[in-house]
This record gives sequence, structure tokens and C-alpha cells, in this order.
Amino acid sequence: MNGVDAVSAVLDLRDVTVTYRTAEGPLPAVRGVDLTVRPGEVVGLAGESGCGKSTLVGTVLRLQPASATVEGEVLVLGQDVQSISWGKLRALRWAGASIVFQGALHSLNPVQRIGAQIAEPIRLHEPELSRQAVDVRVEELLEQVGLAASRKRSYPHQLSGGQRQRVMIAMALACRPQLVVADEPTTALDVMVQAQILDLLKDLVRDLGVGLLIISHDLSVLADICDRVVVMYAGRIVESGRANEVFTDPLHPYTKALSGAFPRIGDPAARYAPAGLAGDPPDPRDLPPGCSFAPRCPLAVPECTVAEPPLVEVGPGRPVACIRVGES
Amino acid sequence: MTEPAGSEPAPAAAAVRAAVTGRRRSYGRYVAGKVAGAAGSLAFVLVLGFFLFRVLPGDPARTLGRGRFKTQDQLEEFRAQYGLDQPLPQQFLTYLKNTFSGDLGESLRYRTPVSDLILDRLWPTLLLVGTATLLATLIGVYLGVISAWNRGKATDKITTGTTLTLYSMPEWWLGLLLIAAFAVGMGPLPGIFPTGGLHSVDAEPGTIGYVGDTALHLVLPVLTLVLVYLADFSLIMRSSLLDEIGEDYLVTARAKGLRDVEVRRRHATRNALLPTTTLIALSIGFVVSGAITVETVFSIPGLGLLATEALTIPDYWVLQGTFLVTSAGVILANLLANLVYGLLDPRVRS
Repeated sequence: MNGVDAVSAVLDLRDVTVTYRTAEGPLPAVRGVDLTVRPGEVVGLAGESGCGKSTLVGTVLRLQPASATVEGEVLVLGQDVQSISWGKLRALRWAGASIVFQGALHSLNPVQRIGAQIAEPIRLHEPELSRQAVDVRVEELLEQVGLAASRKRSYPHQLSGGQRQRVMIAMALACRPQLVVADEPTTALDVMVQAQILDLLKDLVRDLGVGLLIISHDLSVLADICDRVVVMYAGRIVESGRANEVFTDPLHPYTKALSGAFPRIGDPAARYAPAGLAGDPPDPRDLPPGCSFAPRCPLAVPECTVAEPPLVEVGPGRPVACIRVGES
Repeated sequence: MTEPAGSEPAPAAAAVRAAVTGRRRSYGRYVAGKVAGAAGSLAFVLVLGFFLFRVLPGDPARTLGRGRFKTQDQLEEFRAQYGLDQPLPQQFLTYLKNTFSGDLGESLRYRTPVSDLILDRLWPTLLLVGTATLLATLIGVYLGVISAWNRGKATDKITTGTTLTLYSMPEWWLGLLLIAAFAVGMGPLPGIFPTGGLHSVDAEPGTIGYVGDTALHLVLPVLTLVLVYLADFSLIMRSSLLDEIGEDYLVTARAKGLRDVEVRRRHATRNALLPTTTLIALSIGFVVSGAITVETVFSIPGLGLLATEALTIPDYWVLQGTFLVTSAGVILANLLANLVYGLLDPRVRS
């Protein structure tokens, strides 16, 4: 598409801020996020509910509600989706980047056969394809995600949760995008199915060489399949780094709590002393002074409430936003 | 509602299997259930039709005769003629036999078979209410879509306000207003349309002029019904589309790169039409029962007017006949609504 940027990132968020207009005043859901996904790379975005993850997903294809204001640049395949024309945006949607939405039951049209729903973006973006060719592609896609081709005649309610999620993945790959964003792709599924879906995603990324941004509140899920993990808290990135490093050696106290929330198999310490995190994430309309995490932080000192700590590289490719990192 | 409780929660596995191997089978079972329900309702109406007019206090012969019979002999003769001297169970059997053979009795007023009378009056009613329902459906659904998609904006407020105002007007009152304005003429406005009836006296049946003449006669009564019915369809369509607008699958549709209009037509409106279909099919049932007040105001010789006239006599068998026919119409339309809904919405079948 854009030859100059062909080798660079498929997704490049530069200082992205998203603010919702609400009756109680502006609500900053995302504050100054920088994030890059390269072709063939799997990046995980972790954080609690309400930290701004899903808001960020919406901005990638300019799907945010009208009440949201997006500042900064959202570059998808080198194009700033927040400012390009509607025509260019529609061409980019699904063909350039697609989304595996959270909750496949509601994200699929309940009264259309799944075959037709998978075929819809293909017909839209590749109108030159014959009916048969589209049909063949739909069947291939279903088989690619481990479903029988005959499933194209099913309606969403006739499928199990795992099957619906597979359909969502098949649909996301329909137009061979270069970027796939998966928003909590396994949240509603049981553990066995979760593992299958994650393996499927991982394999597809490896085989097709697409960039994958995967959103989850479960750090262990991300550690399993991602190259890099980014941790968000209250709309900001607080830590990022290589997936296994972030998971096994978290630096930010919030990441520590997040990784402690899911017990590691074979680690008796984690089993007997689950590190819970007291309290709730702060109200984005009324953020505490200084570090937003300070009120819940076990390491907080008075200096933490003075100023918002900047992201500082504490190691190669390990930026962390905490003034106490490196002290101990 | 006459709809039977359609609760057949087939096991999920069976439903999936049936859906995959052949949806015809599951739809067949769904149809069988709905047809059985409709048959039950029809039987109930049949029985009710018999007793409703016989269990009423008072002697039917005396009520019917309204003091026209001076001697006991006349009374006896009347009873024998209409089979009222028979015991009730015998009367019921005769009633069933006659009804099934299409014999609905004889009108006291016209001295002709009730079935002929009803067939005669059915056509004007179908023409009037059918045309009105069709137009109200098309316009109403369109207005509903427009106002839901522009929720809270001026379009929505004006549409909803206007249709609601029209909805709250009594049909006969609106009809009279329209007659005053467009048939009689007001001030500088000449009367363009006829005040009532279905044809001019001098119109020759079977000619183009006759058709045009009938159409001209129908303008005001159809307009009355359309204006009053409009809100029925526009408000239902509006609210069912509003229910869809918040749904996640519309975000998916948008993310796929569809235009706003395509998202609305292919996904939102199509799905929102499902509940509206039921309402449309149901209102087809009321086509038969007609618009009694509008037929009276515009002197359209339809079923509604027939029933009104029969009430004043009272023309026992005509009332019973129209009761049966109109009830059957509503029940069959309800059945139709269910069948269409089952065809359109796969979730209903399983």
C-alpha cells in the first residue's frame, strides 16, 4: 500500500489520548499511550477492567463513540486513521486491520448465517471475486480455524462459545489483513478452550505474518503467546518489555500484583500467598495526585504523590513508570 | 393473546443437530405447533360464537322478535323456523354441521344467506383497510427507521410528535374533519372528494372510469386510516431499531468497512423488522374486521357497516357470522405472523 512504510510498524500509536465527554465532566480513558506492533509480532496489552484497553481498541479503526475525542496519532499501516477521509478509512477497515471483538455472541449478527457474515467483508473489499471464489475462501477460513466447512450454514446461536470465537477469528482473517487486534478473545471461554484459541491465534500469526495486538486482563495468557507485553493502569502505560521478563520479573508494583493474581503452576509460594490487590482502579475523572497507582501501592512513599512518574528505561527495552524501581 | 404458549425448549444438542442436518425438520415441527395452536383457537371461537349469542339473558326469540310477534303461534313458528325449539346440544350440533358446510344462517333483515352477505361486504372492506394497512406499513416503517437512526434530532422529534398526535385522534373524528375540509370544502377550498360511498351512482362497472371513481371515493377513508395507523408501525419500528442500535454486531459491521447506510439496511433494519413483522401480520387480521367507525362515517358498504347495522336490529345470524369470520381472520393472521417470524428469525425455530 504505502511502500515507504512497508517495513515499519503495522500499528503505531503516538501519544494517544482519548477523552470521553460525560455529564459529570471530561473522562480521560487513555492518557498519552505509545505503542508499536510490527509485522509478525505479537504484542499483549494487559490491565484491569476500565484501564482503557478497550477504548484503545476502538481508536485503531476509528470506532470510538461520538462522545470520545482522540488526540495524538493512530497510524495503521502508516495511515493516520483518525484524520484520513471516510473512503480511505473504509478501505482500511478489515482489509488493512481487523478486530476480534470481545464477546463473539453479541458481535455476530444473530440472524445471519456465519458463512454470509464471513463473506460480507470479502465481497465488500474484493468485489471482483466471483461468488464461487468467495465461497471457497469462506470454507478455507473455517477450516483454517478448525471448523467444518459445513458450519457456514449455521447461525451463531447454534455454535458453542469456543466455536463462535473461532468464527470471529476466521472473519478477522477474511480479507488477509496485516494487523489483527484481539480484544479479550478468550475471556468468556473455559480454560481448555482458551488454550485452543490462543494456540490458534499464535499459529495464524506465525503462518500469515500479521501483526497481532492482543488485549487481556490475564497476564499469564499474554506471557504465553506474546513477544512483548505492555501493562496499562488508569489509562497510562506503566511497564512494558519482553513477555517472559515482564511476567517472571515484573518491575512495577502494579505488574507484580497483576502477575501475582494468577497463581503460577509449580510455584508453591504463589499458591500459598496469593498476592491480591486491595481497592479498585481510580475514577478517571478524579485521578489521585502524582502516580495514579500510589493509593493502592504497597511501596508508596510521600514523593509518589508529587508528580506522575515518567516512563523510564530501566533496562534494554524495559520502560517502567515508577520512581521506586531501582531503589531496592 | 390467542397465541399458544410456544414453549418447546428442545435440548441444545438436538437443536444444533437438527439445524445442521436440515432446518426443514425443525421448522416443520415449529409450524405443526403453531398450526395446532391456531386450530385450537378457531375451535374455541366456534364454540364461543354459539354460546355468546344463546347464553345471553332473555329468550332469543323474544329478543329477536322485539315484540313483533303478537301471538304464541307466531312465536312457536319463529322458533321452529330457526331451530330454537330444539334442545341446546341438538342446536349446537346443527350449528357445527351448518358452519362447516358454509351455511351461516339467514339474515333477518335481508332474507338472504349470511354467507352471501358477508362475501358481498368483504370486498369493500378488504379494499379499504387493505390499502390503508399496506400504505401505513410502508410509510410507518420508513418513518420509524428514519427517526430511530436520527434519535433525538429534529427529524425524530417531528416524526414521533406528528404520528403520536394523529394516533391519538379518534378515526371518526379525523374522518369527519377530512370530509369537512376536502369533500364539503372549507372557505376558498372547493370540495374535491366525494363525501361517502364506494361508487358514484352513474358509474358503469367494469370500465376504467369505474376504477378511477372507486379510487376517488377511497382517498379520504384510506387517508383517515393511514394517518391513524401510522404511529402503530412507526413507533414499533423505531423502538425495535433503537434496541438494535446499541448492539455489538453493528460495531462489527462498521469495522468491516460498510457504509453507514449499509450498516443500517443490511444489519440494523433487517433485524429490527422481525418484531415489526408480527405486528404487520397481526394487523392484516384486522383488515377483515375492518374499521367499523370509518366505514360508518364514509358509508362504505363493508363488513364493519354490516355489523353495525346488524346490531341495531339485532340481526342475530349476521352478527354470529361476522363474529366468526373476523375472529378467524385474526387467528389466521396471527398464525401467518408466527410462520413468517419463524422463517425470518432462526432463533425462534430452535
